[in-house]
Amino acid sequence: MEEKNNIMERIAEANRPVTTGVDEKDIKDWVTIYIMGKGYRVPADLTILTAIEYAGYRLLRSVGCRQGHCGACATVFRRAGEYKLQADLACQTRVEDGMYLVQIPFSPAEKAIYDISKEPYDASVFMKYYPEVARCVSCNTCTKSCPQDLEVMDYVQAAIRGDFELVADNSFDCIQCGLCAIRCPAEIVQYHVAQLGRRMYGRYGLSMPEHLKKRVEEIEQGKFKEAMDNITSKSREELEKMYAERQREPD
Amino acid sequence: MAEIKLIDGYPEYMRRLIEKVEKTRPKRVDYTPPPMSKQEQEEVLKLHPDYAPGGKRAIAVGPNKGDVGPNEVVDLLEAYPLIEPDEIDLSRVDYDTDILIIGGGLAGTSAALWANNQGIAADRILLVNKLRHGDANSIMAEGGTQAADREIDSVQRHYLDTIGGGHFANKPEVVRALVEDAPFIIKWLIEMGAIFDREANGELVEKWGGGTSIKRMHSCRDYTGLEELRVIRDEFRNRQIPCLEQFPAIELFTEGNRVTGAILWNLETGEYKIVRAKATILATGGFGRLHIRGFPTTNHYGATFDGPVIAYRAGAKLRDTDTVQYHPTGAAYPIQIVGYLLTEKLRSSGAQPVNVDGEAFVFPLEPRDVEAASFIRECYVRNKGITTPTGLRGIWLDTPLIDIKNGKGYIAKAFPAMNRLFKRHGIDMAKDPVLVFPTLHYQNGGVETDPWGRTNVEGLWVAGEVSGGVHGKNRLMGNSTLDCLVFGRRSGINAAEYVKTHTTAGNITLEHVKKYIDMLKQAGIKPERRAPILLPDYRGRAALARMIDIF
Ligand SMILES: Cc1cc2nc3c(=O)[nH]c(=O)nc-3n(C[C@H](O)[C@H](O)[C@H](O)COP(=O)(O)OP(=O)(O)OC[C@H]3O[C@@H](n4cnc5c(N)ncnc54)[C@H](O)[C@@H]3O)c2cc1C
Ligand code: SF4
Ligand code: SF4
Ligand code: FES
Repeated sequence: MEEKNNIMERIAEANRPVTTGVDEKDIKDWVTIYIMGKGYRVPADLTILTAIEYAGYRLLRSVGCRQGHCGACATVFRRAGEYKLQADLACQTRVEDGMYLVQIPFSPAEKAIYDISKEPYDASVFMKYYPEVARCVSCNTCTKSCPQDLEVMDYVQAAIRGDFELVADNSFDCIQCGLCAIRCPAEIVQYHVAQLGRRMYGRYGLSMPEHLKKRVEEIEQGKFKEAMDNITSKSREELEKMYAERQREPD
Repeated sequence: MAEIKLIDGYPEYMRRLIEKVEKTRPKRVDYTPPPMSKQEQEEVLKLHPDYAPGGKRAIAVGPNKGDVGPNEVVDLLEAYPLIEPDEIDLSRVDYDTDILIIGGGLAGTSAALWANNQGIAADRILLVNKLRHGDANSIMAEGGTQAADREIDSVQRHYLDTIGGGHFANKPEVVRALVEDAPFIIKWLIEMGAIFDREANGELVEKWGGGTSIKRMHSCRDYTGLEELRVIRDEFRNRQIPCLEQFPAIELFTEGNRVTGAILWNLETGEYKIVRAKATILATGGFGRLHIRGFPTTNHYGATFDGPVIAYRAGAKLRDTDTVQYHPTGAAYPIQIVGYLLTEKLRSSGAQPVNVDGEAFVFPLEPRDVEAASFIRECYVRNKGITTPTGLRGIWLDTPLIDIKNGKGYIAKAFPAMNRLFKRHGIDMAKDPVLVFPTLHYQNGGVETDPWGRTNVEGLWVAGEVSGGVHGKNRLMGNSTLDCLVFGRRSGINAAEYVKTHTTAGNITLEHVKKYIDMLKQAGIKPERRAPILLPDYRGRAALARMIDIF
């Protein structure tokens, strides 16, 4: 008994740095970062996000999933001694000594309003809702800013050509962080363009699988009704037995 | 700075341990340990944080008085409200709406769409979010969504897998709705333009999920939740349904046994707003950020159990609060990503858990609780784990097997999110194994619901992770994104029907909150804690120790 309890305590203890915040005395390596111009000494192991918290900020914006999926934590920074601005996700980037940074709280981008069930499946849809794509000067700034390393310029060019498949494929991992759009000289909102492209491709470029259509019809027609009435009325013992005797599909 | 030298992401001592994994790999390509018997499963489960002694207590007040839950959960149920009910000015209603939806993950967003489909005008719906719309657990779902749509599969088979996975504690009629609606939901998503992985012939790719007897997992690379959510959120925006961000709900309003709206709180300015609604749908997601038993979590920043806290005060019944889902494969190294989810699909695609000696010690796709407990045993009882430079223990997940089994380049194509995550830290998961340990992942129980998302309180619906009943004591992978979409839809439709027949809004009062405070006092609970907590606090202790609260 006691030993098992002890295991839980040992696990909790080992995880303390990520569950209750970092304790100064455990830290060996430090760096100095500049958050909106103010210098803070922070543990070298932290991400930009956790370093900002360590410095004493309670984040109410520019944070969401903390795992690189939501795009809330877009950050612009400059390394010490460099003139170039870098862009990345605060939750995915480790701090470096001398980093100057600011988080982008919000991208004031305009999203078009459309109904994909009523649009033609060709390049005109992009021209109709996001005519500014035609202004792309192929500077590649968007691609260089993308924290997901996507070929952003390529998908914008693909949209101009009406190549929905390429738009969908190249933009698939887009987390809509807005970093491409805030740096685009042509004021294109790449990630909204991509969203429209992906939805068009998903609806018109791919077929509706036959087996799926058939199954939905079968359910509507009551094909499984009897089997479901039967199984939902089973006792726990009967279900346990059925469960234990399940045949596993071969790999 | 004397940092440890890393070779392709790992310190030298870990590199040497990886050699042991490489040595046994050829033998393991064709060897998988057999699934455990029921007895073996029961034995190892004693090490699971849910069953290991301590960590829980009975709830002292409210509809579930006497039921047991984790201390961190009970702490919040027994906490005092954030507001003084008498100090709130109820005379000015800021938003008067038909349907208020609290929380815009997959559940809340789909509820809004279906209420709108059902004839409720867009401007009679209001969706409120604690953070931005979509900063949610939903956007992080990696592995997939279940639906029994293959010829050789059936809805009753999906039912049996779900009930068995839930340790037979699930609510049958709710599971029935889940499995019967599943194929329709996938079809609906495709019509909305969601891009699911396809075979060369255009059919849906269907993968294994832990605890299922057949392949029925539908995925969108390892960005399933991202794809599903951004598609329905785009549709939501096209419908121009009103939406507030950085505006959490901090309490519900009631009139007798009916919920009549909610108080919102501007996260940035601190001002409150009053919403009066004929129907309220609670879709606030889970509780990973409570760090139950000190575990790290996969959950987003706002996963703090707010929904059940405020619903409970309004009289809503909870269920299955005693179990918590720990995902077996959270990242354990490097420290920057501890707790992050490494999707189960890695294992269903061939990655194998391996101990410090390079041995495959467990069937890779046991139900999650069993798999997680077996990792804890390997690390802390058999002492065959791998210790990281910061003192965590983990076991290897031998990911290079995935490319060996599925062809070179498969990882990069099928798991771009995972691949990217490790690449950022110098680790190539196609070449080297990664280190894993269980992480707090999912709230199995929650506010009890019927097949239409209704609770025992009139005017209050729940959908998604906040609800309890559909997953019993343990949720299967791929069933929760499904749950959100099925019961988001059902609650949206049902609430819309309700609104059509209940055309007058109720009065807004905080009587239930006053009563709850009295109950807490009578139970002798001191006003030390307040809830909902809204966000966790990770500020550095050194900074906090010297903080002066002036503004
Ligand atoms: C990393 C990860 C991977 C996963 N992978 C899978 C998978 O492969 N397959 C699967 O089926 N499931 C998976 N899940 C589980 C699944 O994603 C979630 O259970 C599900 O998406 C929850 O959706 P939801 O809409 O109920 O809640 P969420 O998506 O969490 O949305 C709830 C929203 O409500 C907001 N909110 C909370 N409190 C308040 C408040 N007081 N006021 C206003 N708003 C509030 C939150 O901020 C959030 O935006 C995964 C979960 C995680 C974390
Ligand atoms: S930044 Fe703008 S203009 Fe430059 S390539 Fe990208 S889309 Fe075109
Ligand atoms: S394409 Fe743009 S919005 Fe999408 S992830 Fe890259 S930078 Fe962010
Ligand atoms: S917080 Fe979501 S991407 Fe960083």
